[in-house]
Amino acid sequence: MTLPHASDSAVGENRARLRARALLPLAGMAIVLALVFFALDWVGTDYAYLAAYTVLQYVVLATAWNILGGYAGYVNFASAAFFAVGVYTSVIVYKTVKLPLIATMPLAAVAAGLLGLGVGYLTLRLRGTFFSIATLALSVVMSTLVVNWAYVGGSRGVYVLRPQTIDFFGPYTRYLCIVMLIMAILSIVIARAVERSWFGRGLAALKDDEIAAECAGVPSLRLKLAATALSGALMGAAGAPFPFFVTYVDPATAFGLSIAVNTIAMPLIGGTSTWIGPVIGAVLLGSLQQIATVTISSALNLLIVGVLMVIFITLAPNGIVGLVQKIRERRA
Amino acid sequence: MLNWDLLSNALVSGVLLGGFYCAVAVGITIAFGMLDIVNIAHPAFIMMGAFIAYFFNTSYGVDPLLACVIAAPFAYIGGRLMYRLYYLAFERHGEESLQGLAFFFGLLFIIEVGLLLIFGVDYRFVEARYIGPGIEIGFVSIPWRMLIGLIVGLAMVGGVALFNAKTFTGRAILAVSQDPGALRLVGGDPVHVKEIAFGISIATAIIAGALLIIIQPVEPSIGRDFIGRVFAICVLGGMTSLPGTVIAAMLLGIAEALTTTYLGPSWAPAVSFGILLLTLGVRPSGILGR
Amino acid sequence: MSGASVLSSRGVVKRFGGFTALSGIDFDLGPNERVGLIGPNGSGKSTFVNCLTGALPCDAGKIDFGGTDITDMAAWRRARLGLARSFQIPRPFRGLTVRRNIEVPLAFAAGLSDQAQIEAEAEEVLVRVGLAAKSRKAPRSLSQVELRKLELGRALAARPKVLIADEAMAGLSDSEVDEILVLLMQLNDSGIAIVLIEHIMRAVVRFSQRVIVLVAGAKIAEGTSQDVMSHPEVVRAYLGQ
Repeated sequence: MTLPHASDSAVGENRARLRARALLPLAGMAIVLALVFFALDWVGTDYAYLAAYTVLQYVVLATAWNILGGYAGYVNFASAAFFAVGVYTSVIVYKTVKLPLIATMPLAAVAAGLLGLGVGYLTLRLRGTFFSIATLALSVVMSTLVVNWAYVGGSRGVYVLRPQTIDFFGPYTRYLCIVMLIMAILSIVIARAVERSWFGRGLAALKDDEIAAECAGVPSLRLKLAATALSGALMGAAGAPFPFFVTYVDPATAFGLSIAVNTIAMPLIGGTSTWIGPVIGAVLLGSLQQIATVTISSALNLLIVGVLMVIFITLAPNGIVGLVQKIRERRA
Repeated sequence: MLNWDLLSNALVSGVLLGGFYCAVAVGITIAFGMLDIVNIAHPAFIMMGAFIAYFFNTSYGVDPLLACVIAAPFAYIGGRLMYRLYYLAFERHGEESLQGLAFFFGLLFIIEVGLLLIFGVDYRFVEARYIGPGIEIGFVSIPWRMLIGLIVGLAMVGGVALFNAKTFTGRAILAVSQDPGALRLVGGDPVHVKEIAFGISIATAIIAGALLIIIQPVEPSIGRDFIGRVFAICVLGGMTSLPGTVIAAMLLGIAEALTTTYLGPSWAPAVSFGILLLTLGVRPSGILGR
Repeated sequence: MSGASVLSSRGVVKRFGGFTALSGIDFDLGPNERVGLIGPNGSGKSTFVNCLTGALPCDAGKIDFGGTDITDMAAWRRARLGLARSFQIPRPFRGLTVRRNIEVPLAFAAGLSDQAQIEAEAEEVLVRVGLAAKSRKAPRSLSQVELRKLELGRALAARPKVLIADEAMAGLSDSEVDEILVLLMQLNDSGIAIVLIEHIMRAVVRFSQRVIVLVAGAKIAEGTSQDVMSHPEVVRAYLGQ
């Protein structure tokens, strides 16, 4: 009696089905994003571009966070630290070689990715909770480093000149918005690719039961390190345009509480099991906050986000995506 | 040539600080070390304690330490309720990791922003007879407020240790920390025991808050500096060990005092993280851990 | 027992603090053999399995798999070499469907890379263990015996040379025990050496070509079922003084 082995026709059928599954959502997303872009251009104000920039930045951050947090189950509290690595890499580049933004972003990504690898290597062999605790302290330490580093402005901060316009793109704010839009698309594509690949399945397996996953041949430490580095790199890349967005960078803003909280709250509220969740969370919460900051204080704003997050975790642990799925299941 | 004056003052400050850190960390030794509840909001409760002391001190002239000692039973009850909620929502289903952590992070954050909205960003301080003066031994100065931190901190650890050794509930807590299943066999209810332990943990945080504002002026965001400290002490001390907590707290206090003296105060927050990472990387079981 | 061992250990020691769980275990498993491993609760059987599979590091001793020294090898590498195990208490991947549970070892331990082929192979495995109807269900909807089959299915999907079945029949009814036993026999027929760790004696006797007895962390007897069952030390260990 031989070990089980699949027939060639069964394999062929599967292949065709898989190809169809891959193309549809990508096409849909491309259309949605094109529409968003045209809407922005129609409004055309600096404020619109900058508001959209913030929301798109959160799409990147939330999606990046979810690669490690949602897929692997490792909670990273130091998103602000990775973001800030990107911000300050950009500041250093601005003060030294003045590369174009497109060249700075990969540098920022690499720097942040290395930080992820470093922290991960020290802590990912232990329980997930130790990794999370280490990330909590990481933010404080990184900001201490920056505060003590006069070259990047220390606690007084540094000013960055933002040009008014740029060739081909028109207003610089429009350019920033486009850059972040592309970054958002890229991060969504990456997250989706991870989720559907064996990298993502391996993460899901080790999230459920690391020991059983190892016995099934999943190299858990490697996958975790890869996810941490990738997640960190994307967050760093999101930070690279930030100095040009705010024009004045100081540790208080770069390591801001709003980044730390939103990056976690958005995927948790939107849903952590799939790439759509962080996007929904970022778009909803981000937009709401943009609207709210003109009426209520930013502290109250963050308080509401925090409360929403706690409510969702307690009552709807799978987020909005989870709620939608439940409704669908009940109807079926 | 080494400046003995500076060095000895730094060492003494470190020990005094270490005593205060005992108070700060004992709650986490209970919650995280013994009960495996990653209460990262612990520093926020310390801040709450500090502001409770501030409020009663400035509005009614009550001694800050007294205010928090009175508040402690309420904190205990609140802690028990909070554990109930945490258990019902997360622990029972075994889904603790992601959501449980996020839950406490949310609490940490809500408390910090709440305090910010109520009290604002300014530094607050309390008035009491022992704040200010100190004793001089040779060229070493020991401020009274730091000494109180040391005494109360050590007393708190001692109190918890006594409680664990002498009372049934205390021994049950120790049992739960080692093997919840075994506790059930002798008729204890692990959930009930954990609830009491968590209540104690929060009560210690509130009292530690009083010590904090006695030692230095506070504003809402300094709670975050304590996250690293609290877990560094817990891990370095070997998680469940109370003597370990004291030793680790002293070590951290001395390390921070030396850093502040020789490198400047702006480097102090990084010390705890450095110690935490070093411990996790080199000897995760800590000094006195198994 | 002839030919080189496919899995062997020499002097494996494991301590937990002051307590010695394994005090030097020597073990040999021939290719395609059926070995039973028995012993009272707490005798160290599961600890030994954990050391063999890499879930726990051993404090002393050597472990060899088909000529390769795997003593310091990570668990996932051992799985890829062909050492599979099922768990005493089933540990399915709760967030994945039954079929995906089978696909994970196919992709990682067995090293298949073509997604279409993986899906097809997974269906085959499910048919073999009798879970084809539950392919798209979540593990929480499975019965005890189905969860055991899923455990064995996951181990099978790793295309192992050796399968360690850790109490795969605990808590099952008589007929369910027979189902699992038949499945294990079939797996052995297809070339997999099997170590059966069990308390259900009739299953051990029927299944094993050779039985090893572990008591308090040491091997006290080894031989055919009859030899072992009538061994005075074994009788004493099970029935007490």
